[in-house]
Amino acid sequence: MADDLHTFHSTSNQLPPPSERIPVLRWLKQNLFSSWFNAILTIVAGALIVVLIFGLAKWALGARWEVIPANLKILLVGTYPAEQMWRVWTSLYIIAFLLGLSSGLRSGLIRRISAAAGIASIVLAILPFPWVTRGWTFGVAFAVAVGFGMGYLGKKNRWFKRLEITCWVLSFPIGLVLLNGVGGFLPVIEGRNKWGFVLNLLGAMVGIGLSFPVGVSLALGRRSKLPAIRWVCTAYIELIRGVPLISLLFMASIMLQLLLPASVRPDLVIRAMMTITAFSAAYMAENVRGGLQAIPKGQYEAAYAVGLNGALTTVLIILPQALRAVIPAIVGQFISLFKDTTLFGFIAILELLNISRSILGNLEWRGTIFELYVFIGIIFWILCYSMSYISRRVEKSLGVGER
Amino acid sequence: MRKKVASSHAIPFWRDIRVLRVVSQILFVTVIAAGIWWLLNNLQTNLKTAGLNISFRFLNNTAGFPISEGLRYDPTNVNGYAFLVGVVNTIRVAVIGIVLATVIGTLVGIARLSNNWLLRKLAALYVETLRNIPLLVVLFFCYFAVMLTALPLVRDSIRLPGFVFLSRRGLYIPSLVPTGSFGTWAWYLIGGLVLATVVYFFRRVQLKRADRPGFPIVWAMPVLLLVVIAGWFLASGNPLSVDVPVLKRFNFEGGMWLSTPFVALVLGLSTYTGAYIAEIVRAGITAVSKGQTEAAKALGLRRTQVLRLVILPQALRVIIPPLTSQYLNLTKNSSLAILIGYYDLMNVATTIFNQTGRAVEMILLVMGSYLSMSLLTSVFMNYYNRRIKLLER
Repeated sequence: MADDLHTFHSTSNQLPPPSERIPVLRWLKQNLFSSWFNAILTIVAGALIVVLIFGLAKWALGARWEVIPANLKILLVGTYPAEQMWRVWTSLYIIAFLLGLSSGLRSGLIRRISAAAGIASIVLAILPFPWVTRGWTFGVAFAVAVGFGMGYLGKKNRWFKRLEITCWVLSFPIGLVLLNGVGGFLPVIEGRNKWGFVLNLLGAMVGIGLSFPVGVSLALGRRSKLPAIRWVCTAYIELIRGVPLISLLFMASIMLQLLLPASVRPDLVIRAMMTITAFSAAYMAENVRGGLQAIPKGQYEAAYAVGLNGALTTVLIILPQALRAVIPAIVGQFISLFKDTTLFGFIAILELLNISRSILGNLEWRGTIFELYVFIGIIFWILCYSMSYISRRVEKSLGVGER
Repeated sequence: MRKKVASSHAIPFWRDIRVLRVVSQILFVTVIAAGIWWLLNNLQTNLKTAGLNISFRFLNNTAGFPISEGLRYDPTNVNGYAFLVGVVNTIRVAVIGIVLATVIGTLVGIARLSNNWLLRKLAALYVETLRNIPLLVVLFFCYFAVMLTALPLVRDSIRLPGFVFLSRRGLYIPSLVPTGSFGTWAWYLIGGLVLATVVYFFRRVQLKRADRPGFPIVWAMPVLLLVVIAGWFLASGNPLSVDVPVLKRFNFEGGMWLSTPFVALVLGLSTYTGAYIAEIVRAGITAVSKGQTEAAKALGLRRTQVLRLVILPQALRVIIPPLTSQYLNLTKNSSLAILIGYYDLMNVATTIFNQTGRAVEMILLVMGSYLSMSLLTSVFMNYYNRRIKLLER
């Protein structure tokens, strides 16, 4: 017994087990040369990587990168008049400010996002763009910082948090009005279909903002107990999912004017946004339905047992669980919606990809096709990858699949 | 007395769920129907003011525009036939794209699970790059940058092994041409197919009776090959001859020509969809728990047997449904062909619309074609899915 006690006490003197240190050579052997087949794979893959890196480096060093800064304004905002550019910047500042505000009020992921936004704008401001652009870009970091300061100071005030949500909701229409202009106050800017990358961003934001609620309603409708509602929703979802987006855009560009009275002629950009919303909502509905199906029946029964009615059960019990379960699928749909905005070019909208072709038509920039497409690819890559990264973090913080 | 009590407790009709259900459905259907009626009414009015009517008779008019590839066609053919050429071209791209994307996806998906660190990272790089770039950028890159800028002109074509020539004008490959004795050999081919089918079903029944796992195709395939090869020698002279593309003054002659947009489209679609399929394959294989592999090894199965008999059947169940939707996506995405000038059904339909101004009819035709293609693919894949899914007892 005494011995046992002794050993028990002596554990505090014991050293922790040695952490496993894998020497470089053993790591190499385990991961790269564990068998002759593996060794061949390593050599082939290594050779491929070397060829890729050398080819890329050789091309990147000889490429005419000056095409990007020279046409940056055209690519990003298209024909937006230079003297009105402050409106684009201001809408960007509103978002940056709100990001900062939220990250001051809350902690966790939102702080990383706003920090990333601030750092990115500072890095961009260091790059050799014209001085005016650099000033405006640096302003983004400033807006984030101001927002953060205000949020941090007002953290204890509950009233502040409500204000924050209201601001986020309001920021969207304000931004749209700011960009487009209102009769009387701000001059309305013509040529809305030639705004370059702004159109991709706007299309994605409007599409995401609208297709999410529509998709959720469609999913609920498809699982409704009322046959008429179920059939209509199912028919809509299957019809849209069966045809390509481009055929819907074709329809929006030529047939919508036949289906609407002669007095109603929606703007081309609005038609494109309506189309992408209608398209994406059907896919969203299927993703949400997947989540709804994963909810066990007991959840409904328990909700009814505590006296909630159908609507409250759906909103308070079912949807939070269902949506949480399908975050990756929903964000995946957001990403593909954003990528699909490049198809706007099909109906004569000069978004980023389409406007790059007009640059290639310019004699001065002939042959810079690789540079432009790589630039466009990188822009999309960064934004899409951040979206999927954020979704993974959100999923983790909500603890999906851990209970 | 009793009656009175009952009536005072009866639910008023505006709170009776049975009444509400019927009323809400009637309301819903009325609103939808009214909306559709309004749209159709507008359509009719607009068509009337434009002096148009809906009729498919224009499909019998001469098309008058060229289509450079696909079925045999010339501009004097009718619109309806031109549309058919477009449909066949879409199917051609979709089938070849699906096969290539599946091969790429499977290889990359397995590579992502390899125990070779370098290969794993390389596969991850491929998947993450392609999944975060719009398909149209990939297609434009393949077509305008790779095919039309980076490749040499036709007289300096890149020669690949096996008489394959790659240049800005597309891909020239050898083709098989039937000769005089093809007719005789075709009978052997049909006979071989019939015999192989009989053997296949015989073996299937036999395996089922013995309650043994196995693939009947292992017996059927050699039978088919044996008959076909025997027929090749028994028929007088070679039934098929190889037509090799040869560079003449301005272009290649002979062989089979795959146009530049076609090659770019297949390349772009299959690499892009391949990245998605790779993720599906990876998820399917990781979904099979490790215990399954360990148990199979403990039973003494060889590595290949473990993969074939234990992992694959279980992984396929997870893989097939999302794979189906990727196949459908690829088919629908092939409509982007119009933006790089390949004559698929969307492109032909747009051309016919531009020539005839028949918007409603062309949209109905396009959507009908895509819907039926989607339906056919999903019916086939659902049938396959039902065959391999878990039989729960």
